[in-house]
Amino acid sequence: MHTMSIQRKKIHPHKYSLWIAMGSITMMFIGFTSAYVVKRSQANWLAFELPHIFWLSTAVILLSSVTIHLALKNFKERNMQRYKQLITITAVLGVVFAACQWIGFSQLKSSGLPLNGPVSASFIYVIVGVHMLHVLGGVVALLVMFGRAYRTRVRTYSAVPIEVAATYWHFVDVLWIYLLIFLSIAR
Amino acid sequence: MSNEATLHSQQEVMHGAHDHHDHEHHHEDSFISKYVFSMDHKMIAKQFLITGIVWAIIGAFFSVLFRLQLGFPDATFPWLESILGHWAKGGRITPEAYYALVTMHGTILVFFVLTAGLSGTFSNLLIPLQVGARDMASPFMNCLSYWFFFLASLVMMASLFVQTGPASGGWTMYPPLSALGDASIGSKIGVDLWLTSMALFVVSQLLGGLNYISTLLNMRTKGMSMTKMPLTIWSFFFTAVLGVLSFPVLLSGFILLLMDRHAGTSFYLSDIFIAGKALANEGGSAILYQHLFWFLGHPEVYIIILPAMGMVSEVLAVSSRKPIFGYLAMIGSLFAICILAFLVWAHHMFVTGLNPFLGAFFVLLTLLIAVPSAIKVFNWLTTIWKGNIRFTPAALFSIGFVSTFISGGLTGIWLGNSSIDIHLHDTYFVIAHFHIVMGVSAFFGMFAGIYHWFPKMYGRFMNNTIGYIHFWVTLIGAYLIFWPMHYEGMAGMPRRYFDYSSWTSFNQFGGLNAFISIVVILVFATQLLFVFNFFYSIFKGRKLTEQNPWNATTLEWTTPIHAGHGNWPGEIPEVHRWAYDYSKDGRDFIPQTEPIGPNESAH
Repeated sequence: MHTMSIQRKKIHPHKYSLWIAMGSITMMFIGFTSAYVVKRSQANWLAFELPHIFWLSTAVILLSSVTIHLALKNFKERNMQRYKQLITITAVLGVVFAACQWIGFSQLKSSGLPLNGPVSASFIYVIVGVHMLHVLGGVVALLVMFGRAYRTRVRTYSAVPIEVAATYWHFVDVLWIYLLIFLSIAR
Repeated sequence: MSNEATLHSQQEVMHGAHDHHDHEHHHEDSFISKYVFSMDHKMIAKQFLITGIVWAIIGAFFSVLFRLQLGFPDATFPWLESILGHWAKGGRITPEAYYALVTMHGTILVFFVLTAGLSGTFSNLLIPLQVGARDMASPFMNCLSYWFFFLASLVMMASLFVQTGPASGGWTMYPPLSALGDASIGSKIGVDLWLTSMALFVVSQLLGGLNYISTLLNMRTKGMSMTKMPLTIWSFFFTAVLGVLSFPVLLSGFILLLMDRHAGTSFYLSDIFIAGKALANEGGSAILYQHLFWFLGHPEVYIIILPAMGMVSEVLAVSSRKPIFGYLAMIGSLFAICILAFLVWAHHMFVTGLNPFLGAFFVLLTLLIAVPSAIKVFNWLTTIWKGNIRFTPAALFSIGFVSTFISGGLTGIWLGNSSIDIHLHDTYFVIAHFHIVMGVSAFFGMFAGIYHWFPKMYGRFMNNTIGYIHFWVTLIGAYLIFWPMHYEGMAGMPRRYFDYSSWTSFNQFGGLNAFISIVVILVFATQLLFVFNFFYSIFKGRKLTEQNPWNATTLEWTTPIHAGHGNWPGEIPEVHRWAYDYSKDGRDFIPQTEPIGPNESAH
C-alpha cells in the first residue's frame, strides 16, 4: 500500500453528507406536504381533528432531543456510564414515540377515518408513517452506537458518530414539529 | 478495495494532525474486494459503466423491436416469436408487448443508462481524480450506491420475465392506468416491480449524490479553489444537487402510488369505472401525480444533460488546445439551468387543464432556459473557433453534441409555448425533440467521455478507426431517424400508438416510417460495434505508455497509468492554476500543478 497523506478537509465528510441527506429528506416531506396543499384546495376535502395523542408524542420526542444532547455532552466528558444510560433512554423514547403515533393511527381508524377512507386521512397515515420510519431509523443508529459503547476490545474516542446521530435526531424532531404545525393549521 | 486503506484514510480525516507516514500493508486484495464489492471509486465507476452498457443494449434493442412494428406494421417476423413467445404470436408484436417495450425503453434509457450509467460512471471516476482526493467522502456509501443500483437492475430485469409482463403504462407511470391492477395487463405485478426497482434506484442515486457533493465541496486538494475546478466537476456538482433535491419528491409520489395500489387509498383515483363497474375510490386527483412526477421529471432531463455538458466542455478545450471560452459564464449558466430546472415542471402539463394564467409563467420560465443554453453553445463554438483541433473520436462526439444540442434545443422553444404545445403535445414532434436534445446529445457526451477517459480507466486506448465509423454513422443516423419525426409530429401524428393504419391521413408516412426503422437497425448495429471496441480494447487495446496522453492540464493525468486505491502514490499534488491553461505564453499546455511563474499572470 502506498503512502496516504492527510486529506485536506473543512468539516468531517460524514457530517457534511448528513446535512445534505437532511436536505434530501426535507425535500421528500416538502413533496408530501405540497401534495397535501394541492389536494386540499380541491373539492371533497374532509377536515378533522388530529388525534390528541400526537401532542403526547411531541412531548416524548422533545424530551428525547434533550436526552441525546446530554448523551453527547457526557460522551465528550467521557462519562461513559451516563452516556450509555442516556442513549438507551433516547432509543426507548424513540420507540415510545413510534408507539404513540401507532396509537394515533388506531384512534383515527376507530373514529371512522381508516387508511383507505377520505384522502385527508390517508395523507395523515402516509406522512406520519414515513416520518415514523425515519425516527425508527434513528433508533437503529442508536442501537449500533449502544453496541459500540459496550465493546471492550476497541474503545472509541471520536465523537463524530454520536454527533452525527444527535444531529439527525434533532432533525427528525424538528421535522415532526413542522409536520404537526402544518397538519394542525392546514386542515 | 481494502477496508484497511479506507479506514486509514478515515482515521487521517479524523485526526489529521500527524504528517504523512508510510503504511506498510502487504495484503493481497481478494477478487471479491477488488472487483465485486470494491470501495475504490475508479472500480465503482467501471461497474456503473458496464452495467449501464448492458442496459443500453437491452433498451436500444427494445426500440429496434418496436420500430419493426412501426415501420412494417403488416409484416411478420417469425424469429420474433422465438424470442418473445406469446408476446409476438405469429411473428407480430402484440399491442401489450408493444406498450411494454416502449415503457421499458424509456425507463431503461432515462434512468438506468443516462442517469446511473452516465453520472454514476463519470462522477465516480472524475470527482476524486480531478479535485485531488484519495477517494469519495464515504467509500462504503459509494459501494452501497452501486449495489442498490444493481439491486434495482435485478428487480427491473425480473419484471421483464413475469407472466403478465413488465409495466407498460409509459415510462411516466401515470395513474390511474398504473394505479389499478385491473386496468390493463401491464398494470399488474409489473408495476409493483417497477416501483420497487425505482425506489431502490432513488436510494442509489441519493447515496451517490450525497457522496459527490460532500467530496467535491470538502475534500479538494490544496489550492483547488472552486473556481479552479474543471467544468466537469462543476457540472457533476449541479447534477448531484438536482438529484438530491428532486429524487426524494419522486419517491414521495411513488409511495402515494403504492398506497393507491395496495392500501385502497385514493390519492390519485376518483370516479373510475372499470368494465362498467364503479370503483369506491373518491376524491383523488391524477394530476397530483403528474405534479410530483414532473417535479423530478424535469430536473431529471438536466441530471442527464449536465454531465454531458461538463465533459464536452473539457474535451473541447483539450482537443482544440484552447482555454474554455467564458469559464465563469459556463458556471453561471449551469447554475441558472439548475435553478430554472425546478421551476418549469408544469410545461409537461399544459394540456392537463392547467390554469392558462399559471401556464403563462411556466412558458416564460421555460423560454428563459434558452438564455443559459445559448450562452453555453456560444462558448463551445468560440472555444473551438480557430483552435488547433485534434479530431479524436472524443472531440468529434463533443462537436456532435453541440450540433444535436442546438437542433434539439431549438425545437424546445416551440414546445415551451403553451399555445403551440396544444397542437404538438403527445405527437412525434415531442419524440423528435427530446430524443435529439436529451437522448442523442447525452449519449454523445457519454461517448466523448468514454473515448477520452478510457485510457485513464483501463490504461489502454480504444480503436480510433472503429471510433470514427461509430461517430459518423451515429451522427448521420440520429438525424435521419429523428429529423423526419418532426414532420410527422407537425402533421399531428400522435406518439405511443401501436398501429396507424386506421388513420388514412397518416398513410403518407408509411414509407418514411419504414425508412426510419431501417436506419434504427443500422445505428443499433453500429452501437454494437462500439460495445465490441470497448470490451476488445479493455484487453487488447493499444497500451498507454505515458501518463498524460492528451496533454491535458487536469489532475487525473498526474496519477500513475494504473493508479491504485488512493490515486497518488505520494503526496496529493497541490494546485496552482485553473484547468484551462492551453496555448499560454507560447506553451501548448501548463498542468494545474505548476506554480504561476514570476513573469506570468494567473488566469
